[in-house]
Parts: sequence; structure tokens; C-alpha cells
Amino acid sequence: MITTNIETVPGRTIVEHYGIVQGSTIRAKHLGRDFAAGLKNIVGGELRGYTELLKESRDQAFQRMIEQAEELGANAVVNVRFATSSVAAGASEILCYGTAVLVE
Amino acid sequence: MDPSTISLIIQLAVPIFLLLMGWGFGRIAERRHYASIHQREEASLNVPLTNERRLYPSQREVIETRLMFGSVVVSVDHFKRFLAWFKGLFGGEIHAYGSLLDRARREAKLRMIESWPRADYLLNFRFETSTISNSAGTSWGTVEVLAYATGIRFADSDANLLFQSAPATSPEVDS
Repeated sequence: MITTNIETVPGRTIVEHYGIVQGSTIRAKHLGRDFAAGLKNIVGGELRGYTELLKESRDQAFQRMIEQAEELGANAVVNVRFATSSVAAGASEILCYGTAVLVE
Repeated sequence: MDPSTISLIIQLAVPIFLLLMGWGFGRIAERRHYASIHQREEASLNVPLTNERRLYPSQREVIETRLMFGSVVVSVDHFKRFLAWFKGLFGGEIHAYGSLLDRARREAKLRMIESWPRADYLLNFRFETSTISNSAGTSWGTVEVLAYATGIRFADSDANLLFQSAPATSPEVDS
């Protein structure tokens, strides 16, 4: 599966469009991570736990989008975009969407 | 000393101690992080990175295309948080948060470039920034920065020449 965030796949020709595909996940951070992040907050710097958490969530949303594209028979997803929104306090949604296409 | 004076001293000492800790460790961490950023930026200086959507020149044959990401969550230290709060009383530019966002963006960009060192060209580079809040829903100066782009590898790849040295594996920002 080829993925890009531009309208085309460089060097290939798009022969068919399958429309929008998307994947999303809503995650909450757990108490332990929150506590560790709270301590880390005093001195600042990278909050490793949160970086990992968001990366995992994004990978999952991305994977769900890919699965949807595969079901449609696509072999590439172009114009991939990410969006993050907070659903409730301590929980956020990561959305990933793009256009499923067939390339030669 | 009577008990009320002692309790007042304790009440003042704890926040001051946290501020000093934040100032001290925050400064060390920031200096170390900038050193790492400068070194890695120099190593990847020749990797073409644009936010163009089309590929120029297009006569080279493309063999692989991949979406590349890099992300980081960073937080300001207590001292800077205090400075920002203080500045908020008068308004104006908050310089304390400037370096935080600068570090986060540059780190995310470097992680993205290092995620696929075989790329010859990076197209449509974008930044996405989001604020992270705690369970109570209030923000405490923590942001996530995501950097992403479309990486391209040519048939006559010269990616191995683009990196001046082997790309270092991304270290933890402040360990």
C-alpha cells in the first residue's frame, strides 16, 4: 500500500478513484502515565510516555484507514490528512483520512 | 519561631524549590537538546525538503513513495510557566514558550527525516500542532507536534550521499 500526502503518486498514474477512506481511534491516557508526566512537568522537556501514546494511536488510525482502502481494492491512498480533537477531558480522538485510488 | 511562621516558610519554600528545580534542570535539558538538534540538522542539511506538491525535476525515475512522520510531545518547565503567567498580567509576547515550540518543531522534523534515511526527496512537508491538557481539562503548556511529508526514492538514488554522517537514532530529548 502506497501512501502520500500529495494528490498523486510520483512516477505512477492513477487509474481509478474509490473515494474517501478514514480511520480513527479515541484514546485515554492512564493514571500512571499521567502521574509520571506530572512529575516530568516540573523540569520540562519531552514527555516520552505521551509521545509513545500518540504515536501508537496515530499508527492505529492509519492502519484502520489502510484496511478500509484494501477492502475497496485500492493499492494506494493519496492526500492523507491527520486531525486531532479532544472528545472529553483526558481523551482525544485521532482521525486519519485520505482518498483511496488504484495506481498502475 | 512560632508554628505559624514555620508553616508559612514551608508553604513558600515548596513552590520556590519547584521553580528553582525547573529553572536549573530546564536550562540544562534545553541546552543539551539544542546541541543534539544542531548536530543532527547539520547531518541532514542536504536532504531536499520542500512543501511543494509537485516533483521537480521529474525526469528521474521514481521507484518508491512513502508517507513519513515524526512527532514529539514536549512540556515547559515550572520556571517558564511562572514567567508566562507573570507576562500574562501585562500582555505581550511570551518569549518563554518560544523556545519550547521551536525545539518541538525541529525535533519532530528531524525524527521525520530520520524515519526513512533512504529518501531522496521530501514533498509537501507539513506541521500539525495540538495542545495537550490534563485530566481536569486545563492546559499546562504541553504541546504535540507532528511533522509529515511524502518521501520519494529515485532509481538512481543518491540518498546515501545526502546524509553527511549516518543518521543518529533519535535520542530522548533530555536524558
